[in-house]
Amino acid sequence: MTATQDMLVPSFDDEVETGRKLAIIISKGSLDMAYPGLILGNAALGEGVEVELFFTFWGFDIITKGRMEHLKFSPVGNPAAHIPAALAPIPGMTSMATHMMHKSLEELEIPDVPEFLELVKASGARIWACRLSADMNHLSADDLWDGVDGIINASDFIEMTDGAQLLFI
Amino acid sequence: MPTTTINGHDVTVDDEGFMTVYDEWDEDTGKALAEAIGVDMTDEHWQVIRFLRNDFKDQGATPTIRRVSTAGGVDTKKLFQLFPKKPAKKMAYIAGLPKPAGCV
Repeated sequence: MTATQDMLVPSFDDEVETGRKLAIIISKGSLDMAYPGLILGNAALGEGVEVELFFTFWGFDIITKGRMEHLKFSPVGNPAAHIPAALAPIPGMTSMATHMMHKSLEELEIPDVPEFLELVKASGARIWACRLSADMNHLSADDLWDGVDGIINASDFIEMTDGAQLLFI
Repeated sequence: MPTTTINGHDVTVDDEGFMTVYDEWDEDTGKALAEAIGVDMTDEHWQVIRFLRNDFKDQGATPTIRRVSTAGGVDTKKLFQLFPKKPAKKMAYIAGLPKPAGCV
């Protein structure tokens, strides 16, 4: 009898090639909306799922060098921010709310956006920038974060994510 | 809690087979666990597993991939090479610790 014969061993799905793939379209560029895609993508990578991230429209700020470190959280129009609606638009409220969000994230040891991108990239995510968003913002590859795999159009993305599960954020 | 036999010893595990009693683990047990999931242990693997064990003792929680890389000094890419596909769970399993509860 070998030592491992009676062992209860968890399944890590090594024997099956699941081919599971997750495509996440990140279309919003506020600080609070940058995180869901990064967190879910990171979780999927940790489960051995292939992940493709497509940054489009306002989400383009997340991978734009000059903007990625300055994303803001605004309580305006967001009842879940729990700030009275009349106070939300007053000057200084956005920077205060942004500051508080950074603080909460830091306390939970959640990395900031550039570091989070590094993390998902190192975990194997592919990161795509939307061609139309680049053109609208007059930006080229040089203006984008170094980890971006390429600037592609919507059809390219649809084609390369054939069979993938899809999240639009 | 079920028990299972690892390396000739009875140990307490959860329903999936992750060990649940910190002190029932030693490095020989870790080696047997690694073997059971097809991981061939090298010095680099041991460096990670020892970090997990110490960090769990200090913090009371299994470190996530990010923590192993920021506090343990083994970068993320390397972790995916050492423990392919599901590094966080595989590291925890070999180290005789619960699956990490943290999201990031």
